[in-house]
Amino acid sequence: MEFLWEGLLSITWQQAVMYVVGVVLIYLAIKKDYEPALLLPMGFGAILVNLPLSGVINQQMEGIGVVNGIIEWLFNVGINASEALPILLFIGIGAMIDFGPLLSMPSMFLFGAGAQFGIFFAICVAVLLGFDLKDAASIGIIGAADGPTSILVSQVLHSNYVGPIAVAAYSYMALVPIVQPFAIRLVTTKKERRIHMEYTPGTVSQKMKIAFPILVTFLVGLVSPQSVALVGFLMFGNLLRECGVLGNLSDTAQNVLANLITLLLGITISFSMRAEAFVNWDTLLIMLLGLVAFIFDSIGGVLLAKFMNLFRKKKVNPMIGAAGISAFPMSARVVQKMAMEEDPTNVILMHAIGANVSGQIASVIAGGLVISLVAAYL
Amino acid sequence: MLENFLISLEIMVKGMVGIFVVIAILTLLVMLMGKISKPEKKEDEQ
Repeated sequence: MEFLWEGLLSITWQQAVMYVVGVVLIYLAIKKDYEPALLLPMGFGAILVNLPLSGVINQQMEGIGVVNGIIEWLFNVGINASEALPILLFIGIGAMIDFGPLLSMPSMFLFGAGAQFGIFFAICVAVLLGFDLKDAASIGIIGAADGPTSILVSQVLHSNYVGPIAVAAYSYMALVPIVQPFAIRLVTTKKERRIHMEYTPGTVSQKMKIAFPILVTFLVGLVSPQSVALVGFLMFGNLLRECGVLGNLSDTAQNVLANLITLLLGITISFSMRAEAFVNWDTLLIMLLGLVAFIFDSIGGVLLAKFMNLFRKKKVNPMIGAAGISAFPMSARVVQKMAMEEDPTNVILMHAIGANVSGQIASVIAGGLVISLVAAYL
Repeated sequence: MLENFLISLEIMVKGMVGIFVVIAILTLLVMLMGKISKPEKKEDEQ
């Protein structure tokens, strides 16, 4: 009984806060279905790593020396040493994406670029709030609306806030149906949200679908070499899908590989959710800045669409611009739902999906560019 | 802080321009590929 009592007494209030955070994440995952594949392992991991003298992280034991912990080892090998986990996950993501809707409407590409504005806006605000450049850039990348990219960029830049950034990125991705309608309504009128768009897709040959991932990798690699790991693995996964001769590998990448890595990624990231690194005011600021990034992503995309409408005969529904974030397919669905709320006959889903897929490419490019640009100033 | 803020503004400009340039090139390439692959389809149909 004494051991139990001693264990209870050695819990700090910061660790107690982390238990609450862990339970809240598990609750959101199970009850609200908010990114359960990531938030549940992260929530459980937050409890695991914050138990006093937890055996899942390295501990100095009297008379024995250092005893290695599995979560710290996973973090060091899978994320710290090589960023292997988030990068490998991109093979699975690439294999899941069908670029067809985007390739059949190339004009949708631009919205992916416009909806990355929140990243850079949040970087500026983070700097004004006193974060140094590498931390500000890592926080801004929450606006990529792409968990693996956020983890990778913050890790490459050696940010002190990998844990809070991962939690913010995945939480807001889950909250897209709440955040985006608010942001879109801020900058659009009812009349604009009612704009119908004709759906006349061009033809997409298989040759084109095969050439596309190779071209993207080559081009992005030349412009932003730091993106090659991200873009290359994303496009490798997509090439497996589209080549037509590696169905088994494509299925494995989409299901087994993606599931295995997702399973490990959440619990591995929880290493950065140790109380001493997580419980501080900066975490709250990071959560707030993540929200700012998501809101300004949506606003950036919408404003780009409105700007394009100044020069177009056939007007674009400006909400399509907001679908240019990487949260796929949630963002496209949100935009379609909003369009139908204004006019039940308005179907803009395919355009929104095109923009949404473009956002997946643009967010990875943005991640690489942020690393390159910030590295040049450090 | 002011110095870092000015740098962050510079990063914003360069970053957004960079993304738009890459995406614009991709758009043009995809349009070009679409044009090139069109005649093939017509031949197939015939």
